Amino acid sequence: MTDFYSIDDLLSEENRLIRQTVAEFTAKEIKPIIESFAQKAEFPQHLIRRFGDLGLLGITMPVEYGGTQADYISYGLVCQEIERGDSGMRSTLSVQHSLVMWPILHFGTSEQKNKFLPGLASGDLLGCFGLTEPDHGSNPAGMTTHFIEKEDYYVLNGAKTWISNAPLADLAVVWARNPNGRIQGLIVERGMEGFTTPEIKGKWSLRASATGELIFADVRIPKENLLPEGLGLSAPLKCLDQARYGIAWGAIGAAIDCYETAVQYASERIQFGKPIAGFQLTQKKLAEMLTEITKAQLVAWRLGVLMNEKRATTAQISLAKRNNVAMALQVARESRQILGGMGITGEFPIMRHLMNLESVVTYEGTHDIHLLILGAEITGIQAFK
Amino acid sequence: MKILVCISNVPDTTAKISFTDNDTKFNKTGVQFIIGPYDDYALARAVELKEQHGGTVTVLNVGESESDPQLRKALAIGADDAIRVNTEPTDSYFVAAQIAHIASQNSYDLILMGRESIDFNSGVVHGLVGEMLGIASYSPVMKLDITGNEAKFAREIDGGKEHLSAALPLVLGCQEPIAEWKIPNMRGIMTARTKSLAVVEPVSVDDSTVLEKYALPAPKGSCRMIPAEEAEQLIALLKTEAKVL
Ligand SMILES: Cc1cc2nc3c(=O)[nH]c(=O)nc-3n(C[C@H](O)[C@H](O)[C@H](O)COP(=O)(O)OP(=O)(O)OC[C@H]3O[C@@H](n4cnc5c(N)ncnc54)[C@H](O)[C@@H]3O)c2cc1C
Repeated sequence: MTDFYSIDDLLSEENRLIRQTVAEFTAKEIKPIIESFAQKAEFPQHLIRRFGDLGLLGITMPVEYGGTQADYISYGLVCQEIERGDSGMRSTLSVQHSLVMWPILHFGTSEQKNKFLPGLASGDLLGCFGLTEPDHGSNPAGMTTHFIEKEDYYVLNGAKTWISNAPLADLAVVWARNPNGRIQGLIVERGMEGFTTPEIKGKWSLRASATGELIFADVRIPKENLLPEGLGLSAPLKCLDQARYGIAWGAIGAAIDCYETAVQYASERIQFGKPIAGFQLTQKKLAEMLTEITKAQLVAWRLGVLMNEKRATTAQISLAKRNNVAMALQVARESRQILGGMGITGEFPIMRHLMNLESVVTYEGTHDIHLLILGAEITGIQAFK
Repeated sequence: MKILVCISNVPDTTAKISFTDNDTKFNKTGVQFIIGPYDDYALARAVELKEQHGGTVTVLNVGESESDPQLRKALAIGADDAIRVNTEPTDSYFVAAQIAHIASQNSYDLILMGRESIDFNSGVVHGLVGEMLGIASYSPVMKLDITGNEAKFAREIDGGKEHLSAALPLVLGCQEPIAEWKIPNMRGIMTARTKSLAVVEPVSVDDSTVLEKYALPAPKGSCRMIPAEEAEQLIALLKTEAKVL
């Protein structure tokens, strides 16, 4: 494993065993099948249970709700090792852990926690997170999905789009305006009348992950499905902090897989009578990739320590997500070039990583939105509008 | 049922092997260590037998503290407790004597280990342990079931299989397909730290062998491809250059 600065030495014995275990799992159960699922644009649904069996879905969640109760470095390492296989598989895991279980744990009632968390941890239930709307992507504050109160239930109307896991999810954590116009979360369950989840087809990115819409046409939501805590946009943004943290680690996994593939290919491919690894231009690419990966690993590790100490800020998380995903995209592009024509085929994972990362650089706050978050942090001046 | 599983701490199968100190020491720098793959099968079967019949699985390593991560992994996979005999495992007789000493203090029904370690590959520790304890030993065991006080197992023999049954206690050297390797789950990893890993000092054993030095195989020579239609040239080269005909 690419670990130029012996960052492994900074990890606990458990962290290391978790990393090795998930690496083994990815090598055995994701890598051999993922290319064909991506080519067919199919989601390998059986993996959700396997993630559950291994204890990955509830990695930081309390044991009493079926979680593993590991630390944030462990969560990061899980994301990294799964994303060495595929960003789509890591997305499924991030959504379930950080965007579905996390808000239920932090904003839900104890009945909601007991009802949903164990099933979400075991993989019996699949969840999704609805924030983005057709007319409100980077600007979720403008959302129009809303609910009103009727006797003993609420009535939800509106639509969400670009929702990971939506077509297969058993439940959705949906953010909508309450009768007072404030943003609040609801748990919408499959089978509720007026609730549909059409799939978005024709993606060239995250093809092995299912993405869809959530449509609410007068959906009756029982009152016990309202998340009582967490009012206002800050609630879903706190969930995004959790997921973005995982992405900052995950992207390193995709980068490492591309880099290691490129190193091996370059040392075997002979042109002009010697391995292409022997040319300065190839060496420049490889040296820069290793440098950027190492920097990203240190950023992720330090952020993990801050997360464990509950000190990480949104702006710190933005820096890591933005830097590490852009780094991974760059590494994927350079690796693809090193493989020449072979780089565009499914025989090697690089093109799939490269295409996947185009989503990763966009979702959970685009590259530029994170720049604006940092800009506001530095200057105290919001430049969003 | 009380099961003892002996695991070796060996370099990963893809590790680059080199030596230091005038070829008398294995160079551990940058080498990733793993549970011996055959031992890992023995461990997996032990955990399955415990799940079927109840009882305990103790995992034992003769080695220095660098083995601890492998013992923790065995605990994460499902062993109940671990013992490490704190010493460098110098040769098979020495290791077997340490294992036999631990085993003689506890009455285990089954002592399982791999058919051989994948570093020195001697493949004799199970036999030695059996002799030292005065109980039967078999290897390589590819299938193992227990009913009551009896073990039914299959052993690989030249050109076929031998199906045997024998009364416990037994020492067995295991290999695939006795079980499938287990990947620990995250809960197992988290609870492994709460399980006991006892470090005990070795008993003294007289040296039976002294290592003089290690040597690597000669590097592979370059390869020349001769097209099929030039078979005569190939035969000529095998006679004159390679001198193998
Ligand atoms: C595969 C995939 C899965 C997704 N999964 C989920 C999910 O599970 N749940 C969910 O809620 N959402 C999900 N999303 C949605 C994702 O979060 C949004 O796509 C993202 O927030 C960007 O919104 P948008 O696509 O509407 O782009 P827009 O907001 O329209 O942005 C378009 C471009 O304009 C730029 N831009 C916008 N505003 C500004 C500004 N003020 N200043 C400068 N530039 C600006 C952006 O940076 C971007 O480059 C997913 C998206 C994808 C592609």
